[in-house]
Amino acid sequence: MDFEAKIETTDLNLYYGDFRALIDVNIRVPARNVTAIIGPSGCGKSTLLRCFNRMNDLIESTKVTGRIGIDGQNILEPDTDLIALRRKVGMVFQRPNVFALSIYNNLKFGLRIHNMLSRRDQIMQTIQQGLEQVGLWDDLKDRLHRSAHSLTLEQQQRLCIARVLILKPDIILLDEPCSALDPIATLRVEELLRVLRQHYTLVIVTHNMQQAARASDFTAFMYLGRLIEFADTHRIFTNPGEKLTEDYIRGSFG
Amino acid sequence: MTREGFHRSIKELERDVLQMGEMVIDAINRSVEALKNLDAKAAKEVVDNDEQINRKRWQLEDKCVDLIATQQPVASDLREIIAILSIVRDLERIGDYAEGIGKIVLMHGDEPLVKPLIDIPMMTQIAVKMLRGSLDAFVKRDAKMARAICSEDDEVDRLYDRVYHDLLGYMIKDPSTITRATYLIWAAHNIERSADRATNISESVVYLVTGIPTELNVSRY
Repeated sequence: MDFEAKIETTDLNLYYGDFRALIDVNIRVPARNVTAIIGPSGCGKSTLLRCFNRMNDLIESTKVTGRIGIDGQNILEPDTDLIALRRKVGMVFQRPNVFALSIYNNLKFGLRIHNMLSRRDQIMQTIQQGLEQVGLWDDLKDRLHRSAHSLTLEQQQRLCIARVLILKPDIILLDEPCSALDPIATLRVEELLRVLRQHYTLVIVTHNMQQAARASDFTAFMYLGRLIEFADTHRIFTNPGEKLTEDYIRGSFG
Repeated sequence: MTREGFHRSIKELERDVLQMGEMVIDAINRSVEALKNLDAKAAKEVVDNDEQINRKRWQLEDKCVDLIATQQPVASDLREIIAILSIVRDLERIGDYAEGIGKIVLMHGDEPLVKPLIDIPMMTQIAVKMLRGSLDAFVKRDAKMARAICSEDDEVDRLYDRVYHDLLGYMIKDPSTITRATYLIWAAHNIERSADRATNISESVVYLVTGIPTELNVSRY
């Protein structure tokens, strides 16, 4: 497949202690597209996702070998600036994890950590842009001082996405971002992802195959730590190349 | 809109169906014109052009399959995609009928027509009107309009009967006309079938709107 790869792994292996969670994973993630990672529980999809911003470093006894290139740079190099990496590669989690702060301060927090802006008018403008990008500005512009916990789950999740966006990332990782949302909220967030991919590279882990089919351009199927198949989503869901992929998406095994 | 991308894809599909409809109407009209004038060059163009109609069909079917596989359409969205799959197949068959008439012209060669064409062009006019009407009903989601189309099929059948008996008469009187008369019967039959296909398209529209599969082409026999 011919595309510009934003992320490229070479012989990526990850061990949690003695357990080999990722086995010789070679994946190329296309720039400015949505790539979904699907597979049964325990297949390594969240582990792979967390490699892309080195969040696995926070888990004890993790060992990683191989290469993870982002824009050609190997992020496994020991001198990698992890703070800069995690700004460039943002993450959204399963349950919205807004801080116990106002909506305004939730967004300002990241800007402060990364020394991005100091002038109040610049901060406000950036916050407005972030909220506009996620479709929250109109609803929240008069309530920015209110606690982020006063928002609905869907709004909180959008706020988490906005929090990532205002740091001007290149890549957004989403780990089952709609699991806590109702079906309509899920569709609305998926629509948001469709719009965001014009400017960002998105990788979404989901246990919901229908979501992967609806919301992604490319799909990676993982099983027992290996990448079994990677293709454009149309191909995966109409005529997959591997029997294992076909069996999984048809529901022949759990 | 919650699923703007998906609904836009469906609107694009509708436009593609109409585009394919125009290609097919053009093919039918040009094939009959070629037959009227025994224009081999024009006939060859119709025959060669059928490839494009076939390609359009595969394109549309592929898009429908993609939407079913990736977007889990339900209710009216699902019925619409199913209806489009059916309509596209009917349109492609009409395209084949036009191609068939083109081939008849090429087989007919230089000998004059057994008789000047009058009924076949009239049948064609009605069939094209039915086809346009059924596609219009599709766009407007108008089941009543769709049902009304089908009443015109009787006139096409009546004209076909007349053509058939006319040409039968020629063949009996003068056996040297048998080959050429048979070609004209086949051509007329292709137009009659095209009109039936337009009725099928109307049935798909009724299904799309009401969710009830309906037979609109009721035989006289």
